[in-house]
Amino acid sequence: MSSGICLMIRQWQAKPCEDARCSPQVKPLPERRGLRAVRDEAVILTTSKPLVGLTVAKLSCVRGEREVFRDLSFQVAPGEMLTLVGPNGSGKSSLLRQLAGLLEVTDGEINLDGTSEDQTIADVALYAGHLDAVKAPLSVSENLSFWAEFYGVSGARVEDALEVFSLGHLGHLPAGVLSAGQKRRLGLSRLALIDRPLWLLDEPTVSLDTASIAALGDLMRAHLKTGGSILAATHVDLGLEGTRTLDLSSNGGAST
Amino acid sequence: MNAFFALVQRDVRLATRVGGGGGMAVFFFLIVLSIVPFGIGPDLNLLTRIAPGMLWVALLLSALLTLDRLFQADQEDGTLDLLVLAPQPLELTVLAKAVSHWLTTGLPLVIAAPILGLMLNLPLDGMLPLMGAMLIGSPALSLLGAVGAALSVGVRRGGLLISLLVLPFYVPVLIFGVSASRAALVAVPGDLGGQSLLLLGAVSLASLVVGPVGGAAALRVAVK
Repeated sequence: MSSGICLMIRQWQAKPCEDARCSPQVKPLPERRGLRAVRDEAVILTTSKPLVGLTVAKLSCVRGEREVFRDLSFQVAPGEMLTLVGPNGSGKSSLLRQLAGLLEVTDGEINLDGTSEDQTIADVALYAGHLDAVKAPLSVSENLSFWAEFYGVSGARVEDALEVFSLGHLGHLPAGVLSAGQKRRLGLSRLALIDRPLWLLDEPTVSLDTASIAALGDLMRAHLKTGGSILAATHVDLGLEGTRTLDLSSNGGAST
Repeated sequence: MNAFFALVQRDVRLATRVGGGGGMAVFFFLIVLSIVPFGIGPDLNLLTRIAPGMLWVALLLSALLTLDRLFQADQEDGTLDLLVLAPQPLELTVLAKAVSHWLTTGLPLVIAAPILGLMLNLPLDGMLPLMGAMLIGSPALSLLGAVGAALSVGVRRGGLLISLLVLPFYVPVLIFGVSASRAALVAVPGDLGGQSLLLLGAVSLASLVVGPVGGAAALRVAVK
């Protein structure tokens, strides 16, 4: 597989938080050891991935004879993030599953920009849904090693990927003994493991602690910097600059 | 091909660690075959005559018992979505699942068959033909079963549905398998055993194509 140029993300200085929502009692947890290691050394993300954009035109979704949304049109350029918001049942998950090719497209078009003719969205996208796809009887590192082999990624990257969410010291444990948040982190580690230009994230922050949400934010920021694009359904502010929001409650129409 | 072996390795590892897969099939096989002599009574000649048939029926039922978890376990924890979206063909993924099912169910049963055959008064010179026929025929059970398992992946407690779907396709395997296993025991005019063995091989080879293609098509529908 392609290794590409490595982008080093250097030392984000841990400047004091001037933001009001950063309450003083949120102290760095002991588990941040790994996260700090990421910040001090490097997150390795290859830039060999193609720059892929997404254009969606007049997309509709019908589930169980109920129309979830209709005539949804938006565009995501390389290096851009689109946050999907809307009340429960407004179709955030359905939209992400449609884009990933896991749900039937009843009407409308999904087009990829910057890919060759024969490439489908499954070739360029990485989907992280509600379920973590973690096998309880396998150890933490076995879980990730399997996905590395299955997606054709070098097994040497497994350890780095585990470090992104500070799971390195848990590598030998069976995944069944992990907490919900740790399982989620293990599932999200695939984002660091597998190089795909387009991330489709369905509520990625569920059951994550403050430190892990910050680690996820860092990972997403690094992905955007290397030209990757992200569609994420989330209500948590991940501290990413310049993201656009698509409100599904108004039944389509991207706003900034 | 790395992905193929990675999936086989993972599934075999899961089956051996959880103990729900191969171990369960072998114990079910053992239970069925150990109660048959009690039900039939101590008629040794009768037991010999029905031994190949009983062993094959028990093999079929054991294979069916473990089929319902083939894709469902992956669907429940979200793994199936990622398997479907992975870069290699879904057919290869289904084949890997069927191969691991055979390695954890079919193969242990073939190895256990002669020992359990002793309980059914199966003569020693009938052991090798039986094992040979089972070795050739049992992959078809996993491969055809994968189609049924893929079709019923979204159904809770879909075991019964799988049985209904795949049992008709198991019948040729059963007929040729028993006929090939019995040939060594009963003097049959003509070489019926050899012919049955060839036909059994043909069924296995055909299901090597039908299983992955049919299973992949069913899975594509099931995830949507």
